[in-house]
This record gives sequence, structure tokens and C-alpha cells, in this order.
Amino acid sequence: MLIKLGKENLQSEFVKLIERISGEELANCYQCGNCTGGCPVSYAMDFGPREVIRLLQLGQEDAVKSANSPWLCVGCLQCYCRCPKGVSAAKILEALRQITLRKGEDHEKIKEIPFPFLKNAPQQAIVCGFRKFVS
Amino acid sequence: MKIPYYPGCTLNTVAKGFDTSARQSAVLLGFELMELDQWNCCGATFPLTPDNVMGLTAPTKVLVNARKEGDSVTTLCSVCYNVLKRTNKVVRDDKDKRSVVNSFIEEEYDGSLNVIHYLEVLRDKIGFEKIKTAVKRPLKGIRAGAYYGCMLLRPFEDMGIDNAEAPTIFENLLRALGCEPVEFPNKIECCGAHLAMGNEDIVTKLSGNVLSSAKNKGAEIIVTSCPLCQYNLEKSQKKLAEGSGNTQMPILYFTQLLGLALGQDEGSLGLEKNLFDVRQLLKERGI
Repeated sequence: MLIKLGKENLQSEFVKLIERISGEELANCYQCGNCTGGCPVSYAMDFGPREVIRLLQLGQEDAVKSANSPWLCVGCLQCYCRCPKGVSAAKILEALRQITLRKGEDHEKIKEIPFPFLKNAPQQAIVCGFRKFVS
Repeated sequence: MKIPYYPGCTLNTVAKGFDTSARQSAVLLGFELMELDQWNCCGATFPLTPDNVMGLTAPTKVLVNARKEGDSVTTLCSVCYNVLKRTNKVVRDDKDKRSVVNSFIEEEYDGSLNVIHYLEVLRDKIGFEKIKTAVKRPLKGIRAGAYYGCMLLRPFEDMGIDNAEAPTIFENLLRALGCEPVEFPNKIECCGAHLAMGNEDIVTKLSGNVLSSAKNKGAEIIVTSCPLCQYNLEKSQKKLAEGSGNTQMPILYFTQLLGLALGQDEGSLGLEKNLFDVRQLLKERGI
């Protein structure tokens, strides 16, 4: 992947916003990859947690914004528990979700959620799904 | 001994058997779960972003109501336990957030409650040795895989119920009930959780990994403490077995197994709500 580095992306407002919302300092990550190693959903992500953090360190806003990674993170916290630097990739991915949701943009359309799921699934799945996917 | 008890939304509805089996087992073990007079859903997810104070209000309301009834509260669902325990810690330790949450819900809560899981009550207040002596129907030789999932254990510094990478609390309970606990590699891996909404294929894969991991190590049943894990494992197992004719493992709440071992009336355990009924296996083994 060809990326362009410059002052405009290394010090972008977007990266500062991610750090503010997540409370995490991106520079703390030294890219060991334990997070992606422990992540149960990294196989389905456009970029695993380690790559997401690297792209953010390099200010690659567009690549991260269009990736499916934040929406596939289950918040199981394996990444955080296994990080030798105490960085929470889960919080960074949550911040990425929040940036979309706080603009009022839904990831899941409530009207399109299948009725059998709403009828049979545990309430906690529905409540949690709404918290993660709906603004 | 009476312990204030928070059931949570799912135990009041689709996981009713988890609730009834726990209440009755408590009585058989000499304590009582006192359901809180007033409670609401905990929000089913602890807000991961530290600037989201709004996400702390619902669980703090639960904690406030529980504090009025005692100095501790117990719960069964792993997610409720996670959300309540972590929220309690934030309210206790972070003055600024405490003040915002309190002014929003118009209460004065200081985080002085002790949030304990039902498993901790069994381990620390009753004791597995005592449970062993109370067992009327030992589940001898039943090979059970203890599935912890995520929320009961992580993050370790907040939850602290057991070792986050190599927990044993479930296995020790199973041993007390006469079962043979089965160690399997995926016992602390995620089942796919809320991805059941919109990403069923991922849930089928992750839950499938848990199921095959347990099966490969010889498990005949799986026990869990989370209604969403139970739902995902059952549903995925059914889907994966379609057309294959594979035998299917009963996925139970640990309190259902506890109830069976303590000699509870089978009809009150909610076993018929489980997709795969454990009673068939017990019958085959003459238990």
C-alpha cells in the first residue's frame, strides 16, 4: 500500500480526535502485534488492530475510515489484556465507531434488523448491538 | 444469609431458567437472593470511551438502588457483572465522573457497594467443599467444558474474579458437583457476542471454534454464565450440524447443572428451553 506522509496527516485533527475520545496515546504502541494475534475477528477485518493503530500513527485517515475493522470489533478486550504497553486497541476502535455514531449516522438500520432476531435473541444482544451500531 | 440480587433484563425474559435455578440452588445451599425492589437494564455494555459518561448512568442507577438494600449486590449474567463492577469502580475512584453521573440521576452515590458474581458467593461465602457435601445427585463422569468467555474475566484489573488467562473457578465448581471438568484452549475466547446482530457468519465461526475446541478435548456438555454466549453457542451448533448428523452438546447455565446436582425439581430449571436437553445424557449414564 502506497501512503503519503506529511505534516498534514501526521498532525491531523482526526488523529487528535481519536486520541481524545479513546484516551489512548497512539505513540505508545510499538507494533508487536499481540493485539492482532489475540483478536478473534482480525481474520475478517480489512486491517487488524495493529494495522489500524499503525495507520493512525501515520495519519492515514481515509484508509482507516473506510475499513470494516471498527464494526467487527466485539470489545472482548483480548487485545488490551495482552498488550505489553497497556494500549487498548478496543478503545481506539470504539472511538472510530463513536466518530460515525456521534454524527447521527447509523451502522445498522433498525428497520432492517430481522424480526426473528429481535424476537429470539437475548435482550442484552439487542441492547449492546444498538449501543455499538446505532447513533 | 440474604444477598441483594440484580437479575438484569435477559434473566427476566429469555434466560428465565438461569434465574430460577440460581434462586432455588441458593435456598438449598442456605442463602437467599433478594431481588432489588427497583432495577433497570445495566446498558449491556461498559462504555469503552472514557468521555462517555452517559453510558454510566443506567448502571449507576442500579447500584444506587442496590446500596439502599445492603453493602453488596450479586448478579449472574457475565455482562451485568462486568458493567456493574466496572461502573462502580469508576464512580468510586473518579470524582469528576461521579459528580456528573450523580447530578444527572439526582442521587448521591459514592461507589461503596461490593459487586460480586454468584460464582464468588459459591466460592467465598459458601465454599465448594460445602457444596460437595450438599450434592444429592452427583453428576459422576459427565465431562463438562467450562466456558468463561470474555466479560467475566476481562479486564483483569477491574474484574479480578480469577486469573484472566487461566481461570479455575468454574472447574472447581464442576468438580464439586461430581463432573469431570475438561480443559480446552478456547475457554476464554469470544463467542462473537453482539455481532449476532448483522454478522451471523462471524458468530458461527467464533462459536464454532469454541464448540470444536471443547469437543476435541472430550467435552460432552458446555457450561456458561452468559445468556448471549449460551444463545450464540446453541444457535451456531445447530447451524453447523445441519445435515451433518453430528451429535450436539447441551449448552447449560452453570446454575442449571448446580440445581440438578443439588436435587432440584427438574421442571423448575428451565432445561426444556435449552436447544439440546442434558437430561438425555444423564439418563444414558444412569444419573
